[in-house]
Amino acid sequence: MDSKTSDPAEISAPPARTPLGQTVDTGLKIVVVGGFGVGKTTLVGSVSEIRPLSTEEIMTQAGVGIDELPEDGRKVTTTVAFDFGRITLNDHMVLYLFGAPGQERFWFLWDRLFSGTLGAVVLVDTRKLADSWYAIDRLEHHRTPFVVAVNRFDDAPRHSLEQIRKALSLGDDIPVIDCDARRTPSGKDVLVTLVNHLYELSLAREMTP
Amino acid sequence: MTPRRPVDTGDPDRLYMITGGRHRVDDSFDLVTLIVSECEPVPGMQSEHRRILEVCRHPAAVVEVAAELDLPVTVVKILLSDLLATRKITARHPRRTPTGAALPESALLKQVLDGLQNL
Repeated sequence: MDSKTSDPAEISAPPARTPLGQTVDTGLKIVVVGGFGVGKTTLVGSVSEIRPLSTEEIMTQAGVGIDELPEDGRKVTTTVAFDFGRITLNDHMVLYLFGAPGQERFWFLWDRLFSGTLGAVVLVDTRKLADSWYAIDRLEHHRTPFVVAVNRFDDAPRHSLEQIRKALSLGDDIPVIDCDARRTPSGKDVLVTLVNHLYELSLAREMTP
Repeated sequence: MTPRRPVDTGDPDRLYMITGGRHRVDDSFDLVTLIVSECEPVPGMQSEHRRILEVCRHPAAVVEVAAELDLPVTVVKILLSDLLATRKITARHPRRTPTGAALPESALLKQVLDGLQNL
């Protein structure tokens, strides 16, 4: 299971359904954003209690930014696929983790899919650092709090976290951590870092008169 | 690794049939709204409705229902609206912060943190 990728062929088999308890009444969201192949599904899978599932949402041409109807007059409709996993937190709360492609068109769907999300993890591959700039910019635009997790690939250059912070122009207040998205303890650390960050932001706000 | 790309839905007519041509979506459903069946499927029901009632014998989020039915989220929300209107399901909506973008209260985040640490 440690070689999971975002290849849909690998996650298309339905899992044995692990039902939620009847008392669960609060669903929560965290989004993992990153470029193709950065390990989003791997990270989701390492902490999820179900095998990551894939689903899709319809995007009309307005969302794609084309404002002309094709000649036959039919609306151009595409879909954007995304993965998710699940963590039952306690008898009442369940956390859904979404792996979201970082490419431009996807952000048209952000509000529809991810409004109310607790926060986001930007998953970074040091070989493709530039892929993360756009995602960070969009998260700031949507005022979604986030942390940056650097998925260390064996053959990638070993930039220090400080170098990466600088390269991504991140403020000192944004946590930047290493991770190995294949390993459950590491994936869990990433989530704990994010939620701890959110907790501190929330506490600070509550202290502000 | 094959990058997943947005694809054509292929058969818009199929989606049109399933939703009876409706395209207005009930915005009250969130991706993580938990759906619970309140009755068993009965003969003569539209097959997608029947399937939803089966999947939601235990609470299941809208996004899980969509994955199970292999249908886009928007289409599933339309189907769920039908079932909610006829009280065949109930919906447990996530808490919404009044201002939308605002963080939840620290007490809720503490519960999330504790849950994660106990994994």
